[in-house]
This record gives sequence, structure tokens and C-alpha cells, in this order.
Amino acid sequence: MNITRRQFVRGGVAAFSVTFAAPEFLSDLARAQGARARNLVVLFLGGGNDALSTLIPYNDAFYYSRRPTLAVPAANVLQVGRDRSNVALGLHPRLTGLRQIFDAGRLALVQRTGYANQSRSHFQGTDIWATANPESSAGYGWVGRYLDSLPSPLDALVGWNTTRELPRVLQASRVSVPAIPNAAQYAFASPNGGVEAAAERNAAVRINSHVAVDRPELAFVYSSAQAALATLDRVATVGTYTGTTAYPNSGLGQALRAVAGAMVRGIGTRVFYVTTGGFDTHSQQNTNATNGAYYNLMGTLNDALLAFYNDLRNQALLEDTLVLGWSEFGRRITENGSTGTDHGAGALMMAMGGRVNGGLYGSAASLNPDPANPTLENSGADVRYETDFRSVYAQVIDNWLGADSTSILGGNFRASGISFI
Amino acid sequence: MATVYDPQFEHLLRRAGFGARPDEMDTFRTLSFNGAIDRLINYERIPDEVDSKIFQAGYAGVTTRGGPLAPQSSIVDARQRWLFRMVHSDRPLQEKMTLFWHNHFATAYTKVAGTLGATEGARYMAAKASEDPGGVRGQLEMLRDNALGNFKDILVNIAKDTAMLVWLDGRTNTRARPQENFGREIMELFTMGVGNYTEADVYAAARVFTGWNLTRPGAATDGSRRYAFFYNANQHETTAKTFSFAIYPDGGTTIPARSTADGMQDGLDFIEGLAAHPSTARYLAKKLYRFFVSEFGDVSESFVSRIANVYLQSRYDMKSVMREVLLSPEFWDSSSYFARYAWPVEFVVRAVKDVGWRGYSVNDALAPLSNMGQILYDPPDVAGWDYGQSWFSTGAMLSRMNFASALAGNQRFNLATAAAPYAKSPDEVLSFVLDSMRTAPLDANVVAELSNYLHATTAWTGNAAQLQAKVPGLVHLVGATAEYQFV
Repeated sequence: MNITRRQFVRGGVAAFSVTFAAPEFLSDLARAQGARARNLVVLFLGGGNDALSTLIPYNDAFYYSRRPTLAVPAANVLQVGRDRSNVALGLHPRLTGLRQIFDAGRLALVQRTGYANQSRSHFQGTDIWATANPESSAGYGWVGRYLDSLPSPLDALVGWNTTRELPRVLQASRVSVPAIPNAAQYAFASPNGGVEAAAERNAAVRINSHVAVDRPELAFVYSSAQAALATLDRVATVGTYTGTTAYPNSGLGQALRAVAGAMVRGIGTRVFYVTTGGFDTHSQQNTNATNGAYYNLMGTLNDALLAFYNDLRNQALLEDTLVLGWSEFGRRITENGSTGTDHGAGALMMAMGGRVNGGLYGSAASLNPDPANPTLENSGADVRYETDFRSVYAQVIDNWLGADSTSILGGNFRASGISFI
Repeated sequence: MATVYDPQFEHLLRRAGFGARPDEMDTFRTLSFNGAIDRLINYERIPDEVDSKIFQAGYAGVTTRGGPLAPQSSIVDARQRWLFRMVHSDRPLQEKMTLFWHNHFATAYTKVAGTLGATEGARYMAAKASEDPGGVRGQLEMLRDNALGNFKDILVNIAKDTAMLVWLDGRTNTRARPQENFGREIMELFTMGVGNYTEADVYAAARVFTGWNLTRPGAATDGSRRYAFFYNANQHETTAKTFSFAIYPDGGTTIPARSTADGMQDGLDFIEGLAAHPSTARYLAKKLYRFFVSEFGDVSESFVSRIANVYLQSRYDMKSVMREVLLSPEFWDSSSYFARYAWPVEFVVRAVKDVGWRGYSVNDALAPLSNMGQILYDPPDVAGWDYGQSWFSTGAMLSRMNFASALAGNQRFNLATAAAPYAKSPDEVLSFVLDSMRTAPLDANVVAELSNYLHATTAWTGNAAQLQAKVPGLVHLVGATAEYQFV
């Protein structure tokens, strides 16, 4: 297998048909009258989050012996009880907000997710999680395939990517999900003012309504320009949203503010993508010191999610929202000589929202390095997966999005014991 | 020798450079086909004097921030200098290959600066040895010096490069705790590609490079004090390392156990083995095809075989390889024209060359480039930029359109003056702008919409005020077309 993340470019370039038809917004009025939407926020922790530092098996002696500098002392973890294998677990001490949400029963943590022969490559691994296909990571994203399954016409703003590049998970054949990193700057500039500027915009809209026949690569760029022009005015309404709670000034915090704004303004978007990076902690991971690298990663995650959670609660949108968090792999159990951790396997997924059945799902690994330890792999170096990540996706697709997971995932991955939604 | 027509030179310079300034076109028009390729490939015959043109009249501007331009210590200034070089260098292929290697060995200033501080980060990424008090040659200057050098030498240099030793944590690779980051990526991304090695190979590669660390001798008060590569024999893990693929020409897969004093040879043997691996030859050939020839359709298998062969026969000589690339029938096939999605820097620099630079500071391109998804010296991760269609999210496309607007507005008076001889009819102005922009062929209905724009709002008079509004407006619209996003 020799898949690169560029293969999509070589593979299929779809012909897009982005509609200009006005979508039916879920207006504030409709919402007040009880109409509900189901929003999905995909949260990617880029770089391979060290699951064992997020959800800590603080009674496992091997956790301490294999991580002499990185282990978080048992006294410092935020205890969240025991999992189904009776292992006591605690959240990283910086995750005080997530613990509140956990205690409110609105945060589910799914341990040891992954797949057989898990890729330790960031790029291949991310593509596999995005496409939900460990065999061939080329092709559209699993969320993109969900969008493709929606009835026509598909609104150009049905998805909102808060990063500059379209992530594989949102790549779809029927719609080019817009990338809107900053709603306030999402505007059409002109070297002129007044009627000249209006004439330019009018010309740009007309030019980009053309279809480049038999030239799919050109058509792709046309579709991107077309989608930008078709969504400017609606996006502008989100740029002014400040929220009912103070959002942190981090990239993730500001992205989630825009997501909440899009929901509050009711512009019709159903799927959002947000990300925060820096999890490739090969050196000086520093889990314990305030302002240490991993401590700060947890701070960024915690503060942004807590602000988002509180804002949605205040806006009565919590019940309409599911956040699904994932990372491309977990990390090696034993810390390396740089007081960091290298690429590993089994990963932690999380789900947050007003309809989530909070709690601990799956069972923690024993960190005993005995090669015969069935919860580990790679001669005891890495955590072996227990729950196929596609089973988590299946829950979301079947029970939240109301679609058919078997057709979107290309197989039946429904599993018992992880009914978090 | 066959006559070469402008469209062919334009194609050559879009790919082997960043488009063509009018004076570049004048130079290349006098050359034969082989002469043009010779001029690009043997660029060392042309003086490397582009940096001396900064601040001179007639060239694009740069913006200083309360002092001289300091690319050796300010990353913003380093970005400006590189953009200036892309616009004005008479060695376009050197700059283009440097960009290729930057993406290939993608190292991000952000992490280096986060570890060593902002000034030091810029220094190890971008300083020229001649301008640094300690003689530091930053990573991109090393790549620029070796732009068409020997690939194995580049690998050795990159393995010892200060920024790389920080970026992929090699500086902390010790005997007791081998660090896998560089060992993995040198196989996955720099040479063979994913799928050609095992997890056991990653462990072994990490051990090979144990002791390839940094040192920083001298007193803190010494202004020339610098980090430099240091083979720390005490930290080298000396046992034999066995791989799943050949390291030695005789097919041997085991790097023998060596004394700590001799242990640095492990890394050199390993790099030689990677450079000589047929997968490396093919991996590079495919990447060169996508970068220089075409992103449309499948990679030509025949091209890959030929280029991989030249790479191996020449013992990794990139000048021989690139000559073969630029002479290849695939490169010159008309289906390859405009068959690449322009990277943001390619789009921006080409637009500056096409639209004009007098009175324009390259500094003004930095924020738009960031919005388009490409920050020089700061690729998103070690795999480099996610190119092709990935450049064309809606937000990034809007940023490209808005850059075309800003540049056109900046050049308003130059454009109006240049268009004045064609002012008697809107369609003459349109022809003039389309010729100047050298865009990919536009569909007739797109041309009709551009013409409609010139006729919109007020009756055509061709007076100065009208030209100063309509010509920038038209340049904006052409630069914003989908067709202009291809090189």
C-alpha cells in the first residue's frame, strides 16, 4: 500500500453543482417554535494526541515506571471514576471545564479507538481516520459522503470549515465545503468603490456561473469561487457574533465562536470542522508544569470547549449540537529520551453535547510491557485498539445524523457498548 | 534548432521560474530551445546579485520596520527577501528548486523560533553566512546553494542542519532513549516514501542517528555564538542496526556495530543507502512530475522510469535530473500547459510580474499569502503544503481574488498609463490586458463578461479617469479568474 494524501488530487476531480437556490434557513423564529436542527462539529486534535495524558490510568504502576517525568501524579488528576474494566481514570489536571461537562453527563470518552495495523504516519493516519477506510485512504471523507447523501439541492453553506485548507474528512463529491477561517474578513474586495465595485462583483458572479465543460480541474476552481461568492452575505452575519460567554483568543476558541454564531444566526450550516494542533509532542511534552507544552494544549482545548458549551447552553442550542473529537493516533507508552512521546496506536475519542450519554466507554489498557499483554501491541510499546473508530462514526451517523452508517461507511460497523448518543 | 514561440517560453518560465517579467521574455526570445534550458540549468554562470537590487529604483519595494532589512534575524524580512528574489532573480530555476526543496524538507520557523527564540529562528532558517556574525547558513540558504546539487549531499546537510535538528527533535536523540521523529520522516517523506519500511526500521533509523546533536560553545556574551551540528560520541548507540532493505551496494542490510568514535559513519551509511534506494529515485521522480510537469491525470510511468534512471545513473545529481525533466516530451506536451494548480507564491509572484511592481512592496503580499494558505518558512507540517485542489478552499480562493484586487489598485496609475495607447475602444483595452496577463485560454463567454464589465456603468470615453477605474477593475477580474490560478 502506498497511499499519499495527495492521491485525491490525482484521483477523482468531481464535477460540482453548487446551487444558487436560496436554502431554507432555520430561522430564529422556527427555532423558538421548537424546530430542532442537528449540528455536528468535528474536532481534530492534530499531531497525535497522547491519550494517556488526557485520560490517565493513575493507579497503573507501569504508567509511572514507563513515564518517569511525564506521568501526572495521582493526587493531581481530576478523577472521573472507573471504566467497565474497573480501571480508575482521571482527566488531565488542566481539564477542569471538561470535568464539569463530564459531571453534567454531557461528555463521553471512548478509550482505545483505532484499527488493526494502525498507521503511525501522521498523514496516512489522518487520511484513514478522515476517509474511514484503513485499506485505501484515497477518496472522499466520511462526513463528505454524508453530505453527498443529503437530498438536492445541496446548499453551498451546508458545511463550514474553519481552517484554510479543506480537510479530507469534509471532501465531498457534490459540494465544495467553504473554508471560512475568519467570517469578518470573508468579503469581496475591489480596487474601486461604489457602482464600479458593484459592477466588478456582478461580473465576478457572472463569470463564475460558467461551467468549464470537460475540464474538471478548472471546474473545481470555478466551483470554489462560485461557492465563495454565493455565501458571502450569509457569512457576513456571523462575523459580528460575539457570544454570551467570553471565548478565549486561541484559534480553536475563535473558530468555535464562529460555529456558535452560525448556529445562532441560523444560516443553514449543519456540519462544522474545527481543529487545534501541536499534539506531536516528541520532546519536552511537559505534562505537569503550568505552561508546559502539554499543559497548554489541554488549556487550549479545555477553555475553548467550555466557552462553547456554556454559550450553546445559554442559547438553548446544546441539545442541537454534537462535538466529535479525534486524533490520528495515540502515542507510545514509554517516554523517550527527549521527555516526549513518539507515534503510537490506540487513540481517545470524545463526544460532547446536550444529547450525549456521558461517561467512560471501553476499557483502559494495562500498561504492563509484557509482550503477551493483550491490551498492548508492538511488543508492549503501544496501546492496542479495542473499539474500531468506525463504530464510533456509525453511532454518530445512525443516531445523530439520522443517516445509514452502513452505506456511508461501506460496511456494518455498529457495535454494542458504546451507545454514547 | 527549432524556433521557440512565446507560449512555450511562457510555459517554461512558469514552471522553471515564477512567470516572466517583460525583460525576461526579451532575453529568452533571443535563445534557442537548448539555450533556454542551458541558461536555466547552468545558472551559476549568471551572477547571483539579486539581493543587491533591493532598495534600488525600478524594482519592487520592501518594507522595513525601524531599521535596515534584516532577513538574517527577522522572519518577516526573510520572507520579503525571498519574494523579492522570486520576482527579480535572473536565476529563476534556483529559486524554484529552493521552493521545491523547502516543501520537500518542510521545516517550520514556528517551532524553531518557539524553541530558540524568534531571532535565532530566523537565523537558522534564513541567514546567509556572509551576513551572520557567526557565519550561520540557514536551512533555506543551504538548500538554495544546493538547489541543483547532489541529493545525497543535500540529505547529509539536512541531517546536520540546525533548524532540522530542532524541528524533528534530533538534538535530543540519545543512546538511552533513541528519538524516532527524524528517523521516521527521512524514510517516509525525504526519501523512499511510506510503505517501503517497517516499524522496526524506524527504531533502527532512530538508533543510527543517536548522537547527531547540537552544540553551542562560547560565552553568552559572544555575539557570534551559534548552535552547530555536533556528533556526540557519548550518546551514540553502538550496536549493529539491521534494516528490511539494502543499505550497502552488495545488498547488505546491516550497519555494523562500531565504536562510539566511529559511530557517525552509521548515519552516513544509512543516508547513502537511502539515496541509492530505487524507491527514492521513483519517489523523487513522481514528485518532480507533479511539480514541474502536470497535476492532471496519472503520473507518466515512462517519465518516472526515465527520471529515476537518470537519478541513479548520475549518482543523485539533480542538475542532470532537472535537465532531463525540462527536456522531456511530457514537459513540452501542450496538455501540460497550465496543468498545475498555482501555489499561492506562484500566483502572487506571477501576478506581480504580469501586472507590475513599481511602487509595490512585497511586504503587502505576506498577509494575503497567509490567507491563501502559504507562509514561506512555515509549512504546516513536515509533509509540506497540501497542494493541488487543497489550495482552493473557498476562503483561499476569495483571498486570491482579493489579492488581485489589491495589486490592481496599487498599480492603478501605472496600468492606466500603460493602457492609454489602447484607450479608443474597450475591446482594445481588453486585448491589451489579456495579452499582458498571459492567462490560460479563456472561454468566449468569460471574455464576453469581461467586455460587458468595461461597458457597464458609464459610456466609454477612454479618458484618464475612466482608465484609472476600469483597467484596475479589469486586471482584478482577470487575476481572479479560475484560469489564472493555473501555471
